[in-house]
Amino acid sequence: MTTITAQTVQVYQVFIKASPEEIWKAIIDPEFTTKYFHGVTIETTPEERRSYSGSDLRNVQDVLEYDPPRRLVHSWVSYYDPDMAAEEPSRVTWEIGEQEDGYSLLTVTHDQLEGAPKTAESVSGTGWMFVLSGLKTLLETGRPLAA
Amino acid sequence: MRDDDQVFKALADPTRRHLLDRLFERDGRTLTELESELEMTRFGVMKHLHVLEEAGLVVTRRQGREKHHFLNALPIRLIHDRWIDKYAERRVSALADLKSKLEEESA
Repeated sequence: MTTITAQTVQVYQVFIKASPEEIWKAIIDPEFTTKYFHGVTIETTPEERRSYSGSDLRNVQDVLEYDPPRRLVHSWVSYYDPDMAAEEPSRVTWEIGEQEDGYSLLTVTHDQLEGAPKTAESVSGTGWMFVLSGLKTLLETGRPLAA
Repeated sequence: MRDDDQVFKALADPTRRHLLDRLFERDGRTLTELESELEMTRFGVMKHLHVLEEAGLVVTRRQGREKHHFLNALPIRLIHDRWIDKYAERRVSALADLKSKLEEESA
């Protein structure tokens, strides 16, 4: 059993007025990710999560669990920064639960950050919050969050 | 369904804000760790944590017999986006209006 310590497990949770299927699509469909994930085009298949900048393939992560529209688990490396890219991979889990009145609860857990202190610092706070608040706005209004 | 009212209510208490600050410093704490820093009964701290959890500001995870508490600041971020940005933006656009009005007059 591992012990949870500071910042190595981060949990983010948000209610979104959308069905689990719509949220799932927004997570795996590259056309959606471009609008809320720092402009990165991310394509997710049952095996891989590939990040593109324009048409250039920049990064490939392993997909560890792929269970639409409920659960997606993939590895994470902050490839866009050389110091962080040198750190050990961490893990991101997306969980979608259906709620009442057309809402779903999206929980993102970023853990296994023990070998990636710089990444842990970088994604905490505004990092994930910016992405998830943008995802919520996009699904609820059809528009990206104003920068 | 959680709403802004619950978040504002949860934040309108110094002990609960203190608990959030403790989790901000170090996340994933147990009730025992959190209560050791407060002059309050275990039951009192539990009640406050429950209010924070209901408002979505704290998410708990069980690990064996321990329950760990994680800060989820997203509801605060959403209130910021929904309320604070809105009024700050109005002030900015009011200044922009004033500028164009003054420029119009001097032209």
